[in-house]
Amino acid sequence: MPVKTTENGEFKPLIVAFCCNWCSYAGADLAGTSRLSYPADVKIIRVPCSCRVNPLFILRAFQRGADGVIICGCHPGDCHYTTGNYYARRRMTLLFSMLDYLGIERKRTRVEWVSAAEGVRFSEVMNDFAKHITELGENKKLEDLRCKKSLD
Amino acid sequence: MHRIGVFVCWCGTNIAATVDVKAVAEAARKEPGVVFATDYQYMCSEAGQALIRQAIKDNALTGVVICSCSPRMHEATFRKTVQAAGLNPYMLEIANIREQCSWIHKDIKEGTEKAIILARTAIAKVMLNKPLTAGESAVTKRALVIGGGIAGIQSALDIAEAGYEVDIVEKQPTIGGKMTQIDKTFPTLDCAACILTPKMVDAAQNEKIKIFSYSQVEEVKGFVGSFKAKIRKKARFVDENLCTGCGDCTSKCPSKKNKNEFNLGLDNRPAIYIPFAQAVPKVAVIDAEACIKKKTGKCGLCEKVCSAGAIKYDQQDEIIEREYGAIVVATGFNPIKLDKYDEYAYSQSPDVVTSLELERLMNAAGPTQGTLLRPSDGTHPHTIVFIQCVGSRCDDARGKSYCSKICCMYTAKHAMLIREKYPDTDVHVFYIDVRTPGKNFDEFYRRAVEQYGVDYIKGMVGKVIPHDGKLLVQGSDLISNEQVKIDADMVVLAAAIEPDPTARSVATMLTASIDTNDFFTEAHPKLRPVESPTAGVFLSGVCQGPKDIPETVAQASACAAKVIGLLAKDKLLSNPCVARADESLCSGCSVCQNVCPYGAITYEDREFRIPGPKRSEIRRVAQVNEAVCQGCGACTVACPSGAMDLKGFSTKQIMAEVDAICR
Amino acid sequence: MQTEKEMANDIIRRSGVNPLKCMKCGKCSGTCPAYEDMDYHPHQFVSMVQKGRINELLQSKSIWTCLSCFACIERCPRSVEPAKIIEAVRLELIRRQGCNHLKSDAIPELLDDKLPQQAIVSAFRKYSK
Repeated sequence: MPVKTTENGEFKPLIVAFCCNWCSYAGADLAGTSRLSYPADVKIIRVPCSCRVNPLFILRAFQRGADGVIICGCHPGDCHYTTGNYYARRRMTLLFSMLDYLGIERKRTRVEWVSAAEGVRFSEVMNDFAKHITELGENKKLEDLRCKKSLD
Repeated sequence: MHRIGVFVCWCGTNIAATVDVKAVAEAARKEPGVVFATDYQYMCSEAGQALIRQAIKDNALTGVVICSCSPRMHEATFRKTVQAAGLNPYMLEIANIREQCSWIHKDIKEGTEKAIILARTAIAKVMLNKPLTAGESAVTKRALVIGGGIAGIQSALDIAEAGYEVDIVEKQPTIGGKMTQIDKTFPTLDCAACILTPKMVDAAQNEKIKIFSYSQVEEVKGFVGSFKAKIRKKARFVDENLCTGCGDCTSKCPSKKNKNEFNLGLDNRPAIYIPFAQAVPKVAVIDAEACIKKKTGKCGLCEKVCSAGAIKYDQQDEIIEREYGAIVVATGFNPIKLDKYDEYAYSQSPDVVTSLELERLMNAAGPTQGTLLRPSDGTHPHTIVFIQCVGSRCDDARGKSYCSKICCMYTAKHAMLIREKYPDTDVHVFYIDVRTPGKNFDEFYRRAVEQYGVDYIKGMVGKVIPHDGKLLVQGSDLISNEQVKIDADMVVLAAAIEPDPTARSVATMLTASIDTNDFFTEAHPKLRPVESPTAGVFLSGVCQGPKDIPETVAQASACAAKVIGLLAKDKLLSNPCVARADESLCSGCSVCQNVCPYGAITYEDREFRIPGPKRSEIRRVAQVNEAVCQGCGACTVACPSGAMDLKGFSTKQIMAEVDAICR
Repeated sequence: MQTEKEMANDIIRRSGVNPLKCMKCGKCSGTCPAYEDMDYHPHQFVSMVQKGRINELLQSKSIWTCLSCFACIERCPRSVEPAKIIEAVRLELIRRQGCNHLKSDAIPELLDDKLPQQAIVSAFRKYSK
């Protein structure tokens, strides 16, 4: 399982970010090029489009011990594949209400639109998200202890 | 058995300053499946690439992970590198440890830890990579230009010059666009018609160029290299091939009181008309809403006088289907409507005109034969006030947030021309800023002030009040800090320009993106300014952003160069990261077909062997057309049975990445 | 005692106007019907508040001559809303001294049948309680 505390015992969350290749991943690159920092807790997975993100991936991340999952896509109307982000939005809305039902804090998941030109926004979104997750603390609800055991 | 090689790049100090590259290579070496790991100063350099090729050969690597800059930067470079060493180019993954790690984190421990996790994630993914082969598709050697203004004409001429066929589709009865309505052009003051009409004739006479005037693109399907377009050729009620453009019909037509669009409604035209003398094609068109024959069935005068027998009252719209390899968008602009700016009294007085209307009032072919007269009473105006930035640089809902770019220059031109032709006229220009960057542009503006004595007033007009046949203009002069009141005979408004109203529907049709102002978005604002992010769609002229004529022509030619580069190819390599349906899992439910934005999924009946006495059964299963699929992955998530997967971004691969991050 | 800069910040906060949005076109002053009776004009209010020159504005007669007709708000292309800034400066004075430009008793005498409703309402902006 991932180490979730710093040397002085503070909670250090694990955050998975799914970024679409055309807008948000490029926005993340721009944040890097502009040296706009955000916490190292955020790890990005590149997907062609936000509509490639299967709700299953999010559940899997929580199962494996992630504390927060964020999906970033192009702004509505700007999707490289025309309508992909609309699909993502609808699917995630459904998933989030299911997570609500399971008792997972709503703030652990988020959908954000970040364009390729919005490096500043990318870093702001990530800073804000990481702050919220740190406040929420460790995700215990969905963590699969069997995963933990098999790996230990 | 996997044999993975990991290559960690220092990128000079860009990565090495905040990531301990040796520690990353060391940690990667311990990952299962990794047989080789090293670090090097510049992996993308020739020496770095040689190192990768050598390592692949020496260690018989089956997969490669490069920890370096963003894959958006060098993925293509390294794909070629591994391919040169005999590996499939898709057996490569890049861990982005520069843009998404070393550049944003300051602490070397934190950076190194994250880089190790990113490397581990890429290793987990590459283990599941499959060799992929890019498909090939043919290129239809013909381009479609949407819009026949100066931008479209220039792009078409340049493409035709290279030997490729071009179709221009123009919604008006003639090509030429806005430039035909302009009298003179800045900063040289040469007449617009003299430089434009020869180009229009060239386009018409070029055997590679086909002009569809009075036509609109209705539908575009397909993808780069092989677009299929449906063009609606609207009924002109005149046979284009028979009409000689003699004009006999137009002079005999009894329905004469119709707004003349070419002169912006400043005078009237008959129901059958030729937009202007130099129209291309020079063919008459019947306005069905004004034509007495079309409305009542009685009249038919034009048919009687037409010696060529070209009048066809029963002509119908025609749909033409054509194939293209590339599409140029040149949909152009319009001045904004001024109904929301009633403080300038545009709707209250005919003597308040827009700048484009003034062009017509000063044009020899215009309603006043080039003599500047007040539209209200036909007298000579002696005091003219120009108001700049009407609707430009507004952040409220009334106007546009951007600078329309051309107004400062054309206002200086108008002011100068009026002062030259009618020295007894006082000309005042209210401005916020005078923006004249460009070759010989500022000199031009200064000439208007110094040589022609145009009165430039820094400030805006608050209101225009029509009274006693005059116009009271009340504005502020910020330099002398006073409110000025001018009794003017005419007021000219520099209305903002906006993209043509068709831009949005064209963008949707082409899946090209547009910004909040409806200007088309370019693929890269600096490095790819004439390409749209959608492959095979190129941008020419004001549809991409406000431009003057020289810039438009330059962009149109740049756009043509890109089109020629595409059409010169015999084959295009397609993206192999496309969807694939597992027939044994597919239940034939059609959900994927409904979400596919490209119509790439079809269904086929296939015979499957099953256990039992029946031995086989026929099932309906999904098929992906790899040439049409763009690889978004919408279908993979929609599929309820898990039959759909995306090559290069498979469910297993992404799951493995999630697991590697959360380990 | 507040410094001018602090007062300026208060005025900006109270008015909800961002003077930095002003592109200095002067359309507010071009449209102002009370321009001739003002020593400082609407566009100057915006720029002087931005620069923190509040004491001069507090002494100006413009805060009382402004009709609060909102023509400047209606026509400003940048949505800067100069009348709100003038109002905020006026409040600075009314709140501080409790003084009124108008006496409530005097208002009936000043009433005129032809006066637009808005002018009557605006008059109360120059009167606290």
